[in-house]
Amino acid sequence: MRDLPPPRLDQAGPSLAIAARGLAKSFGTLRAVDGIDLEVPRGEIFAVLGPNGAGKTTLMRMLATLLPPDGGTATVMGHDLMCAPQAVRGAIAMTGQFASLDEDLTGRENLILLARLWGFSRRGARARAEALLADFGLSGAARRQVKDYSGGMRRRLDIAASLIVTPGVLFLDEPTTGLDPTARQRVWRLIRRLAGSGVTVLLTTQYLEEADQLARRIAVIDHGRKIAEGTSRELKAATGSGFLHVALHDPGGLDAAAALLSERLGHPVSRNAEDTRLAVMAGSAAEANAALAALIEAGHDVADFSMGTPSLEEVFFALTGRMEEATP
Amino acid sequence: MTDAPTGETGFARVERPAPPSAAANALTFGWRAVLKFKHVPEQLFDLVMTPIMFTLLFTFVFGGAIAGSTGDYLQFLLPGILVQTVMFNSVYSGMGLSTDFQKGLFDRFRSLPIWPLAPFAGLMAGDVLRHLIAGGIILGIGLALGFRPEAGVAGTLAAVALLVAIGFGVGWVFIVIGLLVRTPTTVMTLGFTVLFPLVFASNVMVDPATMPPWLESVVALNPVTHMTTAMRGLFAGNAGVGAVALALALPVMATLVLAPLVLALYRRR
Repeated sequence: MRDLPPPRLDQAGPSLAIAARGLAKSFGTLRAVDGIDLEVPRGEIFAVLGPNGAGKTTLMRMLATLLPPDGGTATVMGHDLMCAPQAVRGAIAMTGQFASLDEDLTGRENLILLARLWGFSRRGARARAEALLADFGLSGAARRQVKDYSGGMRRRLDIAASLIVTPGVLFLDEPTTGLDPTARQRVWRLIRRLAGSGVTVLLTTQYLEEADQLARRIAVIDHGRKIAEGTSRELKAATGSGFLHVALHDPGGLDAAAALLSERLGHPVSRNAEDTRLAVMAGSAAEANAALAALIEAGHDVADFSMGTPSLEEVFFALTGRMEEATP
Repeated sequence: MTDAPTGETGFARVERPAPPSAAANALTFGWRAVLKFKHVPEQLFDLVMTPIMFTLLFTFVFGGAIAGSTGDYLQFLLPGILVQTVMFNSVYSGMGLSTDFQKGLFDRFRSLPIWPLAPFAGLMAGDVLRHLIAGGIILGIGLALGFRPEAGVAGTLAAVALLVAIGFGVGWVFIVIGLLVRTPTTVMTLGFTVLFPLVFASNVMVDPATMPPWLESVVALNPVTHMTTAMRGLFAGNAGVGAVALALALPVMATLVLAPLVLALYRRR
């Protein structure tokens, strides 16, 4: 953990939707979740951000009672995870990474099935299904089998299936992975509306933009440990005063330029996915200026440069020392 | 494309209704099995194709050689074919379970506050339905070909009841396999690898008295043999209590031993 603000202790007790202490889970020798503390206030969107294999899904599955933890304690909506799993189940809903729907059934039947399991009457279940289908823009597809749905429609139905009974906490495991930009925007709007109606949302994501867009607070997880937590702004501020971004006319010179910048500024240099720009933390504008001058002096053909606050992507890189895996 | 609500109903707070009973949960899962029949009627084809092929092939190709006449042989074969039908059915059930797990559907069920065994009870209810439908089709074909249950309607109903009990018991075996094996195809391969020898090294197709003594003693130990004997007895109206008890031994044991195991595996997975 860097010099981030300490957990807000005034938010203790019943105002927390999730309170976890030292949650741990190993698979064989792999410590998938290695002692994670989490405090999620009620009514917030909270993002767990990390690359593939960081332990996000394992953490979420433990909190949703799908996986017993090896160590640690947690309460969800005031119910103890270990002592009262059935009470936890009554207060949560989970939408997994893969649409957990019956593909042979229609969208409407999927929702009625779940409503019946929750205890709705036959008529009540039908009414609930129709209301959710209408709100999620699926009325037209209600009588089609889910196997004929698009990815975005499936995800919407999957989230609707989590709202049969309004949950205290909604777990969303990578809610927009694999969706096209339009479908993603639509899911984002749904999540915001849900939070607006008072549902606490804990979502995992490997997209920094998603965490930045949706979440009030973000926990960054890597190798089963929490390496940082805060608001998007806090995380960016903790990374340093600013980032120097440099683009070259000749991409062939990127390696040499990266080495030079790293040497001058004393921080690792990251590059974007398209291999066209370099980004490096700079202690001050003067330092950045000097490094830039050295770069030009060394004969690098600088196309453009800028100095700015780091993106979450760069924050992640600064925290983990790895860029590639965090890039969507 | 907007999310403009046609009514705020879906997003309004909806409280949890009174928790349903375990039986209501199981019935809901049973309803799911019925819906599957409605949407995937092809599965019926999978269920009855093999037993129909067996009935026709064995009756008309081997029947005369084995039993002297095809009519006599059908009378001998059909009760065992029914046992084979429900056993193969159970494999498909295990495959379905494995598919549900693979698709993540059970994660949703497991995060609901419901009776943990309800999904399996529902699966079993669906199985019973499939046993009845598939068994009915095979029996219907048998009757059309000349099979005559001497014990009449009462005997036939008793035989069908035993058949369902057999299917129910054997079903647990494949639920366990479905829980342990990752892919549906592996469940199928594994299932048929076990079932084919069991069905053939029994008295379903031929009288074990014609087999070498060592095989005859294997056949005598095979539970399928006892199930088939009891089924024949019930159709013919001469089944003893002992024969039926022997036929039920495996299903009852499977239920007693495997139901708790299923629960333990399910919680761990």
